[in-house]
This record gives sequence, C-alpha cells and structure tokens, in this order.
Amino acid sequence: MRLVILDDYDLASEWAAKYIRNRIIQFKPSADRYFTLGLPTGSTPLGCYTKLIEYHKNGDLSFKYVKTFNMDEYVGLPRDHPESYHSYMWNNFFKHIDIEPQNTHILDGNASNLQAECEAFEQKITAAGGIELFVGGIGPDGHIAFNEPGSSLVSRTRVKTLAKDTIVANARFFGNDLSRVPTMTLTVGVGTVMDAREVMILITGAHKAFALYKAIEEGVNHMWTVSAFQQHPRTIFICDEDATLELRVKTVKYFKGLMHVHNQLVEPTLSVKDYMD
Amino acid sequence: MELFLWRRQARHELRCTPVSPRGLQLNVSPVTTTTTSHRRSERVYVGHASSSADSARDTLCSILTSYRTQARVLHQSKKGVSECSGGISGEMPSNKSVSDAPITQFVNCRILKNHKLQWEDLWVREGKILNPEKLFFDEKGFADHKVDCGSKIIAPGFIDVQINGGYGIDFSQASSDIRGGVALVAKKILEHGVTSFCPTLVTSPPDIYHKVIPELRAQDGGPEGAGVLGIHLEGPFISEEKRGAHPPKFLRTFKAGGVADLMETYGHLDNVAMVTLAPELPNSAAAIRELSGRGITVSLGHSMADLSQAEEAVQNGATFITHLFNAMLPFHHRDPGIVGLLTSDHIPPGQTVYYGMIADGIHTHPAALRIAHRAHPAGLVLVTDAVTAMGLPPGRHTLGQQQIDIQGLHAYVAGTTTLSGSIATMDMCVRHFREVSGCTVEAALEAASLHPAQLLGISHRKGTLEYGTDADFIVLDDTLTVRETYIAGQQVWRK
Repeated sequence: MRLVILDDYDLASEWAAKYIRNRIIQFKPSADRYFTLGLPTGSTPLGCYTKLIEYHKNGDLSFKYVKTFNMDEYVGLPRDHPESYHSYMWNNFFKHIDIEPQNTHILDGNASNLQAECEAFEQKITAAGGIELFVGGIGPDGHIAFNEPGSSLVSRTRVKTLAKDTIVANARFFGNDLSRVPTMTLTVGVGTVMDAREVMILITGAHKAFALYKAIEEGVNHMWTVSAFQQHPRTIFICDEDATLELRVKTVKYFKGLMHVHNQLVEPTLSVKDYMD
Repeated sequence: MELFLWRRQARHELRCTPVSPRGLQLNVSPVTTTTTSHRRSERVYVGHASSSADSARDTLCSILTSYRTQARVLHQSKKGVSECSGGISGEMPSNKSVSDAPITQFVNCRILKNHKLQWEDLWVREGKILNPEKLFFDEKGFADHKVDCGSKIIAPGFIDVQINGGYGIDFSQASSDIRGGVALVAKKILEHGVTSFCPTLVTSPPDIYHKVIPELRAQDGGPEGAGVLGIHLEGPFISEEKRGAHPPKFLRTFKAGGVADLMETYGHLDNVAMVTLAPELPNSAAAIRELSGRGITVSLGHSMADLSQAEEAVQNGATFITHLFNAMLPFHHRDPGIVGLLTSDHIPPGQTVYYGMIADGIHTHPAALRIAHRAHPAGLVLVTDAVTAMGLPPGRHTLGQQQIDIQGLHAYVAGTTTLSGSIATMDMCVRHFREVSGCTVEAALEAASLHPAQLLGISHRKGTLEYGTDADFIVLDDTLTVRETYIAGQQVWRK
C-alpha cells in the first residue's frame, strides 16, 4: 500500500483531488473509453469534492467522459430527502461539474426489488468495464462503504443492516434523533471494491485513528473490513496527522519519508487544457 | 443532431450501428465511438480518414439513411464549420420522460431561496421553475440554453396589490377602452419589476363598478404585460371622516351587510381579489364573512375603527390593512386602533395580518415605517398606491371622480394638501424601504413578492422561486435596480 500523510484535512483533501485529477487526465478518457470512478459520501470527502469542482471550474478537469458509481444509499429514504446520498451527490458534486446524468450511478434505495437492484448495479459496473479507481472512506468501526463488522470480505453489492455505531454516527444528519436514521442500506460489497483496479481510501480526523491502525497494522479481519485492502495490489491511503495517532511511530516515519516519492504522483498537476486538440 | 466530421491521421473504417431504438452508435475504429445521448441538438464528433470531407460525408449519409436515421452532417475544418452539401437534416428523437420543452439554466447568479440570497442556478422549463436534481436523476436531462447573469440577483417578480392606474390611465374611469388602458399599464410596470398586480378602483358610483369590473378580468402575464390577479375594490364602504381623496358623495353604508349590499354596489364579484372597507360601519361583519368566504381578501382601511373593532373584523376573516397609518386613527398608547393589529394577541392562531405600506418617503415617515417593520416584519407588504399620474410629467390630472396636482414626487387633491396616492414605482419603494429600514436585501425583496403572494393565498405559484411555481422573476443589480423582467420564463423586458 501507499500511505500518504499530510499535515491537515485541507492538504489531504487537496492531495487526493490532485491524484484523482492526474489519474483521469493521464487516462485520456474519451467517448469509447470512459474513466470509471467509484465515489463515497460523508463528511470526509467533502474537501476533496470541493477541490475537484474548483479544478473543473478553472477548466483544468472535465468529467464528460467519466462514469461514476457511488458506494451506497439508504433504503427507504425518499430520493429528494436532504440526507439521501442522491441529494448529497447532486448538491456537493454533480450540479457543479459537467458530468452527464446517464453516466452517474447510485443505488436506488426505493427500488421495489432491492436484491435485483443490487445485482443490476454489479452488472452496470461490469458493463462499464470495471472500476478504474474506487475512492472510499472508513467508518469509526473500520467499515468500508456500509460493510459493517462481520461482513464477508468477498461480499458483493447487497442490502445491509447498519450497526449501532454507524446509526449513532449518522444521527447528526437527522437532527440527532436516532429514530429518524435509516437502519438499512444498499452497499457495494468488499469484494466489489476489491475488484477495482485501484483503491484510494481517505481517512482524516482523530476519531478514525484507531480504525486506521486496525486496518493497516493488524491482520486482515472481517471485523475491520478496510483491512481487506491489504490484499489489493494497488491501494493508497490518504490521511492527515490526526488519523495517524494510533499508528506506530516507525510506520509513520517510514511513509513520511516516502513523501517525495508519493508527491511525484501529483506533481506536476496535469490539466485538460494541455490535451486540447 | 449534428455530426461533425474531422480528419484523423490514420486510416479508419467508418461503421454505424444502431444501439437502441432511439440511439445511434457510430464507430470509427479504433479511435472514436460515439453514442448519442438521446436528445436534440446533440453534437457528435466523428473522425474520418478519407481524403475528402465529401466522400466521408457521403459514406456517413448513406449509412445513416440505411438505418433510417436523420442527422445534419457538417464538416469542421481550420476555416470553421461548413455544411456539406447534400447532408440530411432532421432531429433526433428525445427521450426526456417528462417533456421535450427546452430547458433554460440561469447561471452565475444569486437567487432568493429560503429567505436567503444563495449562489445557485435557476432552472426553467415550460414557464415554471424546474427542479434540476429531479431532472438529473429522473430524466437524465440537462439544460438546452445557459444564460449568464453576470453575478446579479434573481428575485421573484414584484406583486403590486394596490395600483390605481398610471401613464394617464385611471382604472376607476369607465373609458371607452378599459382593457386597453389596463394593458398599457400592465406593459409599463414590467419596467419596475412588477409581474402581477391588482388594478385598484377607488370609491365610485355603482354604474362605474357595473361597467368596469366585468372588463378587468384576471389574466396571466406575458410579453404584453404583467398579469392581472384580480381587482382591488377600495371603497365605497369606508368612513367619511377618513375618506382621504375618495369623493364623499359616493360613499356607502351597509343596509344588511350581506350579499345584497355588495351585489347592488359592485354588480358582481367574479374578478375581485380584494375589498377594502371600514369595519366600524354597522353590519360590516356579515359583509366581511361573505367576502372572505368567497376567497376574496378583506382589507381594513379608510376607517375610524378602534382596536377591538379591528380585531373583530380579523376574527371574521379580514387579513390586510390598507396603507397602514394613512386614512385611519393614529396609534394611541391606550387605544392603538387598527395599527395595534400588528402586535395584537387576538389574531386567530395560524392567521397572519398583513399590512400595506407605501414606502415612497412621503406617505409615511421613515421612523414610522421602521416601527411597523420592527413590530411585525413578516406582515409588511409594499404597495405603490400609484395614481394615474405615475409615469407622467408634473401638472393636473384626473383620479376617479376628482382632480389631482403633481408636484415632484407628491400628488395632492387639487387645491389642497391632502395626499392623493403616490407616483413612486414599485422598485423605488423596494429601494427606499431597504434604505430607511436597514433591512436585508432579502427582506426588502420579499416584502414586494412573497408577502403579497401569501396575502392573496397564491404563494404556491407566485412570489417565490420554489420548484413548480410560475417562473415570474426579475434580474436586479446590487443597487436593486431592475435590469430584466421574466414572465413564465420568457424575457418580457430588459433595460
């Protein structure tokens, strides 16, 4: 894995955004070769989305030939509810960029047959040629997407019931009223994300530090599902100083020492303007 | 759909295969595969390798014909775009599930939404404000036209519920061309940002009402002018002492107060949106109940009522005060009179009392305007009470059955110092209100749009920029000067 450690949340968000930008531009996506991107929700990636929007508005990045697949969506929450992940993606990302609506894919938590919806989602990913880069976050209990502790490490897209920890963590978006938080979600499986050609995990904040420790310094364990990515050939963890608080000093020093190598991935930052015919 | 051909370096084969009943996939292997996105005006770039654009175009056209698909084939060269002669022209079918009507997206603007000015885009389709998130997820749709608003403000169009005429037109006169007169004023007030209004009739004899009311029909606005929401009948059931500029000989009282009195005076009430009356007149309660039962807004004004009489009227259904402070008893600390409704605790729960204010700097002292605004900000409705002379040069003019004098921004009953309506325009009132009250831009704009819409019970379609409401809006700069006016999404005036 690559572990990229930045000083604070803003720098980590910017680094992640630059990385995504470079990956898209280097890929040279076109009408017959789309760049497929897996996307997360939540408070961690907001800074990254803001930077990506900024790059787009500056004319340096286009999402015209990018297809996106979101990780999850609540079950039973109306799509236009302000806390649905459809609303999140529209307000925080899609409405500010030039992505085509039919190239965005988010699970439908109000589908009449949830199982079929999950299977169809897997098929859409396959039809798009698999995911080039899957961006994700980590929960305080070490989950990736909504693969709660105990989820199979080879699971596929399916319905999941949320753990108490997660419901409590989400309560802040529902007026701190636990009864209003949805209890079930549709989520991509650990196996689904493992199938991506590259995985990028964003982890910021001290409250995620223990989960990061469990994910990278302990063994592969279905109680901390992010640990599955130890077995992925191309994973990059991007975190801020606070998220490293539970790691060994040796680990942190090693990876910080590699920053000059890591930075070559984002410097120079490419621009679509350089590739206009 | 337009297909652009351009030269590629290497030789490529040009193949076309239909992908779905509505889509067409063009393969120029190995470089370009283009899938149409199922909408009109889609530009698809196709590379060609033949030595001439013509032969490439011919090949493409014959392929398209064989698949019974229509497209306009153009050639883009360094000199620009030119159409290949003999290209097929036509439209690709659209698959927008809800409507094929064009969608306009206003960008680079601050819109008044949820009581705040926000940097958001405004989307319009078929004369209504469109929900872009629904468009994106449900219809996979996007904008056909984008309009850059240059960082200006977009607010709902102003609604004037008290305007007696203007530009030489007097709504209370049974002229030979009543509809033409209304149309002229409706057209001119677009310049002030007014997209809907209530033509107001002052106290008049019954035959005037019988003649004029049927002619002033409610109608939608458009390029011809602002929309008519309904008539505002200011009188004749008002107080003699507080008649202001209204002619005394046409004042009336209620005999029994019921439908009979109203019908006898007005003729019929079909096009009427609001009636101003004095609640202290005997038998007024029955009239108030009758009118509010018909969905007509009842307003208290030109009255000597004390607070308890006013409160009783509100309990019977009155919801508005006509030009607060003017033509009513002044506020007194032991009997606040009608003004006391602003802070009364006898208002039925869930009901709001609105009050009109002429913020022209003349009818009300700025300090009084501030007191009213601070006491009850949610109820403030800006009105112009504009008279015939609004928009005309200084001099003597006719209003109702009387003569008036214009001097600067003042309009007096001829030969007296009694004010006779104002000649300020709605946008002037909004700017003046903002300036003297120190309120926010949002509050000033809402006092002229949202509040009158709420008063008339039409805020589900007018007075806001909520999704699904009528796309009647104005573009203003930061000095709150109106630059453009739109009705039903169509630009009907620009500066």
